[in-house]
Amino acid sequence: MDIAKDLVAASATPLVLAIVAEGDTYGYALLKRVAELSGGQLQWTDGMLYPVLHRLERHGYIAGRWGESETGRRRKYYGITAAGRAALADQRRQWQAVDAALRTAWFAAAPAPG
Amino acid sequence: MTQAEPAHTLEQHIGAWREFLRRRCAIEPADVAELEDHLRGQIAALLDAGLAADEAFLVAIKRMGAQDAIAGEFARAHSERLWKQLFAAPDGAAAAGRTAARREGIVVFALAAAAALAVKVPALFGVAMMGPDAGFYARNLGLFALPLLTAYFVWKRGLDWRTCGWLALCFATAAVVANIFPFAPDANTEVLLALHLPIALWLAVGVAYAGGRWGQSAARMDFVRFSSELFIYYTLMALGGGVLAMFTTAMFKAIGVDAGWLVGQWLLPCGAAGAVIVGAWLVEAKQGVIETMAPVLTRLFTPLFAATLIVFLATMAWTGRGIDIERNFLIAFDLLLVVVLGLLVYSVSARDPGAPRGPFDFLLVALVISALIADGVALAAIAARISEFGFTPNRVAALGENAVLLVNLAWSAWLYAGFLRGRGRFAAVERWQTAYVPVYAAWAAIVVVVFPPAFGFG
Repeated sequence: MDIAKDLVAASATPLVLAIVAEGDTYGYALLKRVAELSGGQLQWTDGMLYPVLHRLERHGYIAGRWGESETGRRRKYYGITAAGRAALADQRRQWQAVDAALRTAWFAAAPAPG
Repeated sequence: MTQAEPAHTLEQHIGAWREFLRRRCAIEPADVAELEDHLRGQIAALLDAGLAADEAFLVAIKRMGAQDAIAGEFARAHSERLWKQLFAAPDGAAAAGRTAARREGIVVFALAAAAALAVKVPALFGVAMMGPDAGFYARNLGLFALPLLTAYFVWKRGLDWRTCGWLALCFATAAVVANIFPFAPDANTEVLLALHLPIALWLAVGVAYAGGRWGQSAARMDFVRFSSELFIYYTLMALGGGVLAMFTTAMFKAIGVDAGWLVGQWLLPCGAAGAVIVGAWLVEAKQGVIETMAPVLTRLFTPLFAATLIVFLATMAWTGRGIDIERNFLIAFDLLLVVVLGLLVYSVSARDPGAPRGPFDFLLVALVISALIADGVALAAIAARISEFGFTPNRVAALGENAVLLVNLAWSAWLYAGFLRGRGRFAAVERWQTAYVPVYAAWAAIVVVVFPPAFGFG
């Protein structure tokens, strides 16, 4: 199943914020976590993650710092900020509202498949 | 040896990929390092899964996505780099770009010629540049080149008719205001009008420049950047024009022909008007050149100005001398604040908003605070004796300007200090500067419209 581009883009912010809220992380680990959470259904072009991260950093939702990887390479780690937690809570409320509306709609359209 | 070879070629592949990515202007070296870390992580995982080195590299590259698309996304996320992306057009678009560039060249040439000739139009109706009508030229200074500059951006950004209408209305109002007042001979308010009208009209240029994005902070920041870059280009062109004028006069003198009228009546005024359009076009087309120059200039002069101001304050405190209040000292302090504000705005606009705080930020705050203290001392000195001096139009205008600049610098210093203490974000400084842009124009408009009648056109 291909998830529509718009939907992938819209869900990027809450998903990234939620994963960073789990603990400090970096780009590659973050993408692996996205694949894990979505059971491989949500596929991002790897390069597209970084502009999203930078945008969130600029809004002050996450804070980046340069560190080192296990092999001693330069690696940028991201952690969530207080503003980021607030934004995440806000996003969560919005998505729950959408989700609730959709659930009701599905149920009305086709009551309990199977 | 055979074991080492795949690893060797893999490094070469990654090196080539890195070089290629670096050429994308919208992607900064730090971003490349971040992407490279990702690529290596991906390759390591694929190697573990049993792929050969070159296969792993290809798969990792493919998952990373097309460089064009990534660079586009980076440019969007960092809108201050957006123009770089626009100028780093992919090869396929080069031919189309050349045609567009040629068309733009023609438009720019036509507009610059129109601006140059606009200066000479009043002469057709017998209004001479020198003599009793000099005031007419001074009052209408902004109306020769700025409408055409606005027209350039209207054309370039493809503005809608409604915005065009508003802009035309602005310039028409300005033209009426500039020419309707019955000024007394040598009126101070006339000089003030001549000085402030271009500042007020500059806002109209800004609206056209932003092309419908005037409400956005990023668009206004672009306009601030554009203004300062145009200022640099214009200064350079003015220097060149001065040299040209000198040579023209001197060479014709050598053959016994007086070319003074050609230089004074045509070359300088027409060149000054046309250079506005050409300068704007250069800023638009050659941004890369200035972009490396402007931050260097600010970095050069910020420490010098900061040192001068601090030494000045220290000397004043040490010797206990008050500021000697002379006729024009308030103007001098206004100019000081303008320079400090210019350095601040320029640094803000050239700074990467995501960068951590550094020594230069502290220097900038020191500069702003010392300017605030110096200005505060000056204001205190004049406040004590304001009744003795009286409220002339010049003094009220200078005081008003001082207040406008002081408010901006004080709040900037506050926000910047918050950023340095780690309480606020740099974006707040940026937003404050861009939100403040209309205030300058509003004050200039007040001086233009309200001052002449309020002071009896004197």
